[in-house]
Amino acid sequence: MTRAINLRIGAGLVLVLTVAALLSLVWTPYDYTVLSVTQKFRPPSADHWLGTDQLGRDVVSLLMAASVNSLAVAFISVGIGGSIGTALGLTASAFGGWVETVIMRVADLGFAFPALLFAIMLAAAFGPSLTNAILAIAFINVPIFTRVARGAANQIWTRDYVLAGRAAGASQFSLTIDHVLPNISATLIVQATIEFAVAILAEAALSYLGLGAQPPMPSWGRMLNEAQTLMYLAPQLAIYPGLCIIAAVLGFGLLGDGLRDISDPRLARARA
Amino acid sequence: MSVLLDIRGVTRRYPRPRKQLFHHEEALVAVDNVTVQITQGRTLGIVGESGSGKSTLARMVMAFEAPDEGEVLFEGKNIHALGKRELQALRPEFQMIFQDPFGSLDPRRSVGWSVAQPLRAAGMKPDQALILKTLEQVGLRAADIDRFPHEFSGGQRQRIAIARAIVTRPKLLVADEAVSALDVSVRAQILNLLMDLQDEMGLGILFISHDLAVVSSLCDDLLVLRNGVVVEQGLAGDILNNPGHEYTHTLLTAAQLELQGEHAA
Repeated sequence: MTRAINLRIGAGLVLVLTVAALLSLVWTPYDYTVLSVTQKFRPPSADHWLGTDQLGRDVVSLLMAASVNSLAVAFISVGIGGSIGTALGLTASAFGGWVETVIMRVADLGFAFPALLFAIMLAAAFGPSLTNAILAIAFINVPIFTRVARGAANQIWTRDYVLAGRAAGASQFSLTIDHVLPNISATLIVQATIEFAVAILAEAALSYLGLGAQPPMPSWGRMLNEAQTLMYLAPQLAIYPGLCIIAAVLGFGLLGDGLRDISDPRLARARA
Repeated sequence: MSVLLDIRGVTRRYPRPRKQLFHHEEALVAVDNVTVQITQGRTLGIVGESGSGKSTLARMVMAFEAPDEGEVLFEGKNIHALGKRELQALRPEFQMIFQDPFGSLDPRRSVGWSVAQPLRAAGMKPDQALILKTLEQVGLRAADIDRFPHEFSGGQRQRIAIARAIVTRPKLLVADEAVSALDVSVRAQILNLLMDLQDEMGLGILFISHDLAVVSSLCDDLLVLRNGVVVEQGLAGDILNNPGHEYTHTLLTAAQLELQGEHAA
């Protein structure tokens, strides 16, 4: 029961976030690009649920539009990094020997750097743009997925059905595609969900430093940055995007944890 | 009858992890200089307790690993000297049934997919009619083709595994403890199925078991292994009626005790 609670809270938060993001593509309460000097720093009201910012933009609309950016960056970067990492991990596992050693030692190098700092360093080195931010976050996902995929795949390779496939004459490649990949997909999905949370946090950090989403694209990290100078004047402007980031990171983190508990009940019991 | 499989002086060693820094542990000899033949339509039983090298021998026959010495000839061809493609082309001729019917079928693949796998791997078109006919041969229904392994009992799963092994019409079947995981009544059904298939297709069977009672009902020839060394080999009837080695006698007594126990129970 306690396990299901993790999953439910996580799934709930992710659902709300996803709905808000999708909704903002077709509808937001106000147009978040419209500035209005007369409407700035409005407190929450029936018209503006969370008030307006220093340029008179509706905060709810901004937050909704920014959620698209967060989710899209997380999705694309984890997708790219996860695919490359998984491919490398599967290759290492299928070949074994020195190929595996080389791939895994290089992946270890990736682990030697703190992920978030490394992404910041990459984005700073290649110049501030959303594309570079995405690539930097994708990059830190590669060694993670390499390690996870290789570990899970090595287990599958010892199964009799893989041996039966080999007896049938299937090549390493088709054994990987037919048996190994489908049987580690649950592990990969769980890992991807958890990495989603990290990616959202990384995107917020990069945007806060001005290395991610560029104006006028709305982003929680940049909203934080812009609110920083107004901390005493309008602290709520920093709190709202902060809460959104917390909700998103917590949501994906709990969802991933819950999914992992389902896919590996032994682990859940061990931790309980 | 022609010789199907010719195992010549095969030895396989496994290096042991060293326990001391400068002391090399002597390699474990899993299979020591084994020579035996299987002819078409006959069954060779290999018996021995666990750790006797039976499965290692099976793995070498299936070309999952190569012997350190000696050679394995399948219809005159040394399977360990073949190139990757040549070996793959030969694979449909010798197939294997595994011990654990729950582990030898991919839980994510349908029965039809698994049974058709050897055909696809050999570059043949998975012919629906052939798969249905094979399922029927092993006593499964046509409707089972789209079902998944978890929907079947252990005995039925072993039938699926047998269907996969015979779909390419092989000449040799390697059965590694193929009935050990099944309960007694199902065991008899599977053994009967194997014998029927042998009559029908003229299969040579390499039957590996720790259980002499099972072996005695199925095998024509017998090889008794202990710690990788051949203790006794010859016609199954001769050895079972008149064991020439103390070890065989022990195995036989154990099997008889077990049989009595099962009757009593």
